[in-house]
Amino acid sequence: MNAPVAMATPDAAQLARRRLHARRQRRNVVALTLALAAMAFGIFWLVWILVETVRLGIGGLSLTLFTEMTPPPQADTGGLANAIFGSLAMVTTATLLGTPIGVLAGIYLAEYGQRGWLGHTTRFINDILLSAPSIVIGLFIYSVVVARVQSFSGWAGVLALALIVIPVVIRTTENMLSLIPNALREAAYALGTPKWRVVLTVTLRAARAGVITGILLAVARIAGETAPLLFTALSNQFWTSDMSKPMASLPVTIFKFAMSPYENWQKLAWAGVFLITLGVLILNIVARTFFRNRF
Amino acid sequence: MTASFPASAYLGDEDRMQSHLQDRPPAGRRASPWADVVFSALAHGAAWLTLALLAGILVSLVIGAAPAIRAYGLSFLWTSEWDPVQNRYGGLVMIYGTLMTSLIALVIAVPVSFGIALFLTELSPLWLKRPLGTAIELLAAVPSIVYGMWGLLVFSPILSRFVQQPLQSTFKDVPVLGSLFSGPPVGIGLLSAGIILAIMVIPFIASVMRDVFDVTPPMLKESAYALGSTTWEVVWKVVLPYTKTGVVGAIMLGLGRALGETMAVTFVIGNFNQLDSLSLFQAANSITSALANEFGEAAAGLHQASLIYLGLVLFLITFIVLSISKLLLQRLKRREGRVT
Repeated sequence: MNAPVAMATPDAAQLARRRLHARRQRRNVVALTLALAAMAFGIFWLVWILVETVRLGIGGLSLTLFTEMTPPPQADTGGLANAIFGSLAMVTTATLLGTPIGVLAGIYLAEYGQRGWLGHTTRFINDILLSAPSIVIGLFIYSVVVARVQSFSGWAGVLALALIVIPVVIRTTENMLSLIPNALREAAYALGTPKWRVVLTVTLRAARAGVITGILLAVARIAGETAPLLFTALSNQFWTSDMSKPMASLPVTIFKFAMSPYENWQKLAWAGVFLITLGVLILNIVARTFFRNRF
Repeated sequence: MTASFPASAYLGDEDRMQSHLQDRPPAGRRASPWADVVFSALAHGAAWLTLALLAGILVSLVIGAAPAIRAYGLSFLWTSEWDPVQNRYGGLVMIYGTLMTSLIALVIAVPVSFGIALFLTELSPLWLKRPLGTAIELLAAVPSIVYGMWGLLVFSPILSRFVQQPLQSTFKDVPVLGSLFSGPPVGIGLLSAGIILAIMVIPFIASVMRDVFDVTPPMLKESAYALGSTTWEVVWKVVLPYTKTGVVGAIMLGLGRALGETMAVTFVIGNFNQLDSLSLFQAANSITSALANEFGEAAAGLHQASLIYLGLVLFLITFIVLSISKLLLQRLKRREGRVT
């Protein structure tokens, strides 16, 4: 630019422009600093929650946690064995129940109903179910199952959890299947393969890693769910492997113990929170690295 | 074994050659046509099941709530009395609590998420993008019961001591703010529930915003940079206008999550069924925590029906909010297809 002229006559317009430039730069710096602060704010909570969970949870960890039943208030011993078992049993069964339905519906969306009203509607409804309040799912199962049978049961809990698994699995299955290039499908069709075999042995196989990631994320999601179990599986102070009886689960036990004034219960609740957080985060990290390595 | 093995192998070969000579296509390898029909039916059935699920939830809630709907009609929504002893119910307190906590959550979460999305798309060095993005997503993965317990036992004492008490003593005599900050500063109530909800929805809003920002065509951004725009101006005047439907969609998604969150709110909101001040420090109740606390013990009849009515209201609100979110995000996606 013509710097000599500007220096010779620093007129008003030039000054105004410089001021404007400085103001824009200042605003930019402020905004970017705030963005950095927002990022730090987000990470701060994650770190704080994790640190507190570890600090308070690790004290309650011991072998008896896995071998003894949930104690009465103010007892000296006790563990979470029945709750851990109940959670494992219900989460496993719910995953086994929900996954095939979710995968099939995902296949429908990606392979059969790309267009057409059923596909569009299902996709829309599914995205809403994905974020629907989980306590409403609990209410639904309560009125459909528990109120009919007149008893809380592990099976009702399993159904409620399965209903949460389905949308998550549908979503990831559809996304992963639609990433598979069409050339792969066409090559299989050209060899005379019927559609079901194309889907099962070609596209689903190619999308395997992504689908498994989705299932792992669904497991992580239901492992921590409390609200849908409150009035379906209820809770149980004792060991039961009979799914037609009320069944203890880790989240519901934590809820009950954490809200209580008893010190031994609160200590167990922290230990439970530690276990659940650890499990869920490990599942998430495994799912992510698993997925990344394959794609 | 020594002699017969090669012989039989040879025989097999000859057999195959013969069938080849007869010039027939290999038989029995084709799958039966039934398999295709069955598989297609299964896939269709699973899709229908998803739709039936939504319809089932709605119908069962309406049936369950029927006694309360008959007894109170829509006036349930603006009646604040909730008295299980007298068997009189109105949902205003819980509906107010749900909306208010979600509002507080959005006021905090939206600017922060915007900042995080801005940082991740425009500022972060490439090697940090992934770990930071994952960390934010992990924040979403932490179960809500963990937030609840941490909120009640760790966060709320700190909030009470270092935020609420100073606020109260500062604004005691200011007219409107004073009443907002009145009430017992015990760290339990609308404000702490709102803050914890904010922490919980930040990851949802931030990660959708980040994805949406990434949709902006690089050409647009680079043109703006080439004209001498600062980073902030590019984001505020180019990226944001281009993606505004998506950004609103992301906020709506966060709102939908906040409205339906149960456990974290139940721990810290205080479960107090009265609405007698504007205070943010006041213990209150939300739809979800009323359900979590009372439904298990509610006697069948009007009490239970009123709780289900609340659940129905919650479901309808979240349904509408999430539908708007979905439609807005879809619109952005369609435009993306057209422009680039």
